[in-house]
Amino acid sequence: MLVHSRKARWAVWAVFLVLFLLLFALPLLVVLGASFATHWSGVLPSGMTTANYRVATRGEALEALTTSLVTAAVASLLALTVGTWAALAGAALRKRYRRLLDALFVLPVAVPSVVVGLSVLVAFSQPPLLLNGTRWIVIVAHTVLVTAFAHQSVSAALARLDPAFEQAAASLGARPSYVLLRVRLPLLLPSLTAAAGLCLALSMGELSATMMLYPPDWTPLPVLIYAATDRGALFTGSAVAVVLMAATLLVLLAVSRVRTRASYR
Amino acid sequence: MAADLVTRTVGTLPRTTPASPGPGKVPEAPRNTRPRRWGAALWALPPVLALGLFFLYPLALVVRQSLQPDTGGTSLRPYADIFASEAFRHALWTTVWLASASTAGCLVLGFLLALVIAFVPFPGAKAVARFIDVYLSFPSFLITLALLFVYGTTGIVGSFQFLTTPWGVLLAEVTYFTPFVMRPLLAAFGQLDTAQLEAAGSLGARAPRIVRQVILPEALPALAAGGSLVLVLCLNEFGIVLFTGAKGVTTLPMLVYSKAILESDYPGACAVAVVNVLISVGLYGLYRVVSRRAGA
Repeated sequence: MLVHSRKARWAVWAVFLVLFLLLFALPLLVVLGASFATHWSGVLPSGMTTANYRVATRGEALEALTTSLVTAAVASLLALTVGTWAALAGAALRKRYRRLLDALFVLPVAVPSVVVGLSVLVAFSQPPLLLNGTRWIVIVAHTVLVTAFAHQSVSAALARLDPAFEQAAASLGARPSYVLLRVRLPLLLPSLTAAAGLCLALSMGELSATMMLYPPDWTPLPVLIYAATDRGALFTGSAVAVVLMAATLLVLLAVSRVRTRASYR
Repeated sequence: MAADLVTRTVGTLPRTTPASPGPGKVPEAPRNTRPRRWGAALWALPPVLALGLFFLYPLALVVRQSLQPDTGGTSLRPYADIFASEAFRHALWTTVWLASASTAGCLVLGFLLALVIAFVPFPGAKAVARFIDVYLSFPSFLITLALLFVYGTTGIVGSFQFLTTPWGVLLAEVTYFTPFVMRPLLAAFGQLDTAQLEAAGSLGARAPRIVRQVILPEALPALAAGGSLVLVLCLNEFGIVLFTGAKGVTTLPMLVYSKAILESDYPGACAVAVVNVLISVGLYGLYRVVSRRAGA
């Protein structure tokens, strides 16, 4: 509708396709190609093999995959609980206090993740709460980082929620707890699952804060990918990266299936 | 991610106020609202306490540690040390110009790409928009990993030098963060009435003029919101820089990491961290104000 001549439209599409492929598709394709290769000295990778995947799906890498999945699941669950609670409590506050609460919960987005990692490391390497060296320090850092996103998407959904529903329920004599459990939370379910997907994806790809504080027996996948590329094992690293991408996509797919079912209710 | 931040500030619809009480009803007495307010404040307490314990208290400890040099006592010595060091000033400058240049690149590129997807539609444009959503859920360091093959020692193009310069980091950041600009833009373009474009077109305006005078003003809030978000994310980016493995490019987050983990200089790391937090929280506050203004 913007470009009317056929020739010009094709030219625009051609430029778009070239840019799009070069910028967004090429990096992912390069990692995918490298994960099946042993050498890459020409235009195309050479020495096709699946040996990288044999390394990437067992032993250390498999352990890292479970670590990432468990960390993401626990951190997202905690973040959703705290974020939703804060959003619901904030909605009942006066505007000025709600703004303050929003600002407080959005702060972890603005603070660099490396600094979140450093602060958690400094705070929990000393009494009263000693978590350094345990898996909990990684989970705490991830939870802090994703809570902001959980809170933001839930409170955005809450602002768009039609208050007529809860008012109708309350006017029919429903107690506040009943209104919350049977009216508001079910209406929020689609956005809660969307927030869950976001939290899971962010936590599974988190590297900055994790690099600051992971204990040797709790190594998530991104750290393993860095360790592999750092010692020059680029092709193994790519295979692990493909495993990470596939796992993230599968988790997101599962979450979006829950979401479709939730929105049809 | 970006879209959520934007809907939060730009797209929230005003909450409809409850209907005024009917003629037969007595308006709610003000004394009844006070206990309810206290109850609401009480409900907000547990999540705030949790945030305080796991986020604010650790940050406060970082500030305290940055004032306690290893020699003992409380002084501004760590700050004086880092501001005197060449490495810190270099890192500060690199961080700021890399983030600004990346943001500019993302804005231009994201605007052009979103323009094509929204207004020169082609079969598969929906799939491209979906692909961008998926792309956003991948970690940033994958881009640098891919670039290592393209520009690596034995790579496709084969100039390892390129990746160890700031230009390699710039390319990676523009590549990764452009979709963060495109998502709010696509949402804004979706709400634009296409009749305006048709009208402008039928009155004889050509494509560049329509873009400049009709589309751009409508897109400004989304551009401002997306751009400042990308600026903050670029200032704080760590994965992309770490994966280049370059000693030549040191940004502030990288300096925090190397001081704390590689040199075990915690007071120094904390001082750099405080500076980094001040810069990015200041900018993020600006972003919230700007996007709220633009949305209102």
